[in-house]
Amino acid sequence: MPTPRQLEMNRRDLMVVAGACAAFSTTAGGARAQPAPAGEPVLSEVSFSVNGRNHRLELDTRTTLLDALREQLHLTGTKKGCDHGQCGACTVLLDGQRINSCLTLAIMNAGAEITTIEGLGGVDNLHPMQAAFVKHDGFQCGYCTPGQICSGVAVLDEIKAGIPSHVSHDLTGAMAPTAAEIRERMSGNICRCGAYSNIVEAMTEVAGRQG
Amino acid sequence: MRAFSYEKASSPADAAAAAARSPDAKFIAGGTNLLDLMKLQIETPTHLIDVNGLGLDKIESSPDGGLRIGALVRNTALAADERVRRDYAVLSRALLAGASGQLRNRATTAGNLLQRTRCPYFYDTAQPCNKRRPGSGCSALGGFSRQLGVVGISDACIATHPSDMAVAMRALDATVETVKPDRSTRSIPVADVHRLPGNTPHVETVLDKGELITAVTLPKPVGGTQIYRKVRDRASYAFALVSIAAIVQRDGSGRIALGGVAPKPWRVETAEAELPRGAKAAAEAILADAKPTRENAFKLPLVERTLGAVLAQARG
Repeated sequence: MPTPRQLEMNRRDLMVVAGACAAFSTTAGGARAQPAPAGEPVLSEVSFSVNGRNHRLELDTRTTLLDALREQLHLTGTKKGCDHGQCGACTVLLDGQRINSCLTLAIMNAGAEITTIEGLGGVDNLHPMQAAFVKHDGFQCGYCTPGQICSGVAVLDEIKAGIPSHVSHDLTGAMAPTAAEIRERMSGNICRCGAYSNIVEAMTEVAGRQG
Repeated sequence: MRAFSYEKASSPADAAAAAARSPDAKFIAGGTNLLDLMKLQIETPTHLIDVNGLGLDKIESSPDGGLRIGALVRNTALAADERVRRDYAVLSRALLAGASGQLRNRATTAGNLLQRTRCPYFYDTAQPCNKRRPGSGCSALGGFSRQLGVVGISDACIATHPSDMAVAMRALDATVETVKPDRSTRSIPVADVHRLPGNTPHVETVLDKGELITAVTLPKPVGGTQIYRKVRDRASYAFALVSIAAIVQRDGSGRIALGGVAPKPWRVETAEAELPRGAKAAAEAILADAKPTRENAFKLPLVERTLGAVLAQARG
């Protein structure tokens, strides 16, 4: 239970926040903006589609796509791990390509089509990659799993599209979903529980089925 | 992250002009390096100019038989381009050796060139760093310097340029095209884009305020066996301790550029005459002025051995 003094401080903090909101200036998309007075938050509008639904949001310019997904749209499947593009927990698909949603501003993605783990499938309609992760035990704690699965889906698409990797022997030849290729291409998704070998098995099974 | 205003530029020249108008403006493209640094308040722009959507995302064959790579071409798209894979394999290989799949999908050609060092003291805002806070001192000298530079460095800074792509572009004699706020354009050899630290390690390139990179051009293909060899602490997704971009011809002549050892992609053209004499002679000539720390002195023999492996691979 908070003490009365803590409550009072919370109220004062709220008033400070309200004051800051009143000072917000809105930047219209595409319009030439004036530099913000030092330290003053700036709001901007953006529209994009997430999992097939269109959203129009008014956001502090600083809001990353990750924070917009989690805090504004309440799609909390996408996880915040390191928040610096090192761990891959925040991986989503942007116009079909995997990206770190922590390293792009939401307002930079006007008109984009974003797919999160919720858009790939749910409990009643698992995506084949989700089902394969369950079958092969491709996780332990599960925190990195949404990013692993989004990345895994995109990796198989990249191999099918003939995009080479660091371990591809022939740059100009056909690409194959070998274990070495999967491991290299998944190196941007860290799993502290160490489920890597089971993740490779899950992806190998899905790749074989797609064959 | 500090607050900032934001605009989408409508043309490259307008973007440059907008950057000149705002004292603390930055261009943002992929954002994979800038947003990381903004979260740590190492970069604190008050205004961001979004240059995505300026039509600079195309790779075109140029009349002289070379290639013109738009500044906004993503690293994945450049590495996967058929012409690059066929005629500039060292560039594909270098790109694929860098970062992760997610980062390569967003990171751009120009952004890759202009990315900041990963020196741990540049990243640690509690420590002095002449690059981050000019005049505050260099914590890396006498600090944890295993990853840092051995050549081209100064008493003020021993940071390395982290790019793999730029090392290949240096070997390929690439040229950087820019537009300035007054709408004038210029071409700069990639060799001259990055400055050595000297006493001003915070001034990293020769680009003027507001000057925007619009493209990188490659001369017509030079053939040869093209190799990018990267030595790092992990098998994937780590910065180079040492990397070598090599283009070796049948007669044993060739070009060598090094990554992971200097404040810019490191190439010493005069040292390439030593290549037919072997890795030891060539490595000694390339690193003639090296001043390693105790922690990173291993990079000198590592360059020689890596070059030996590269030359053996080139001979087949």
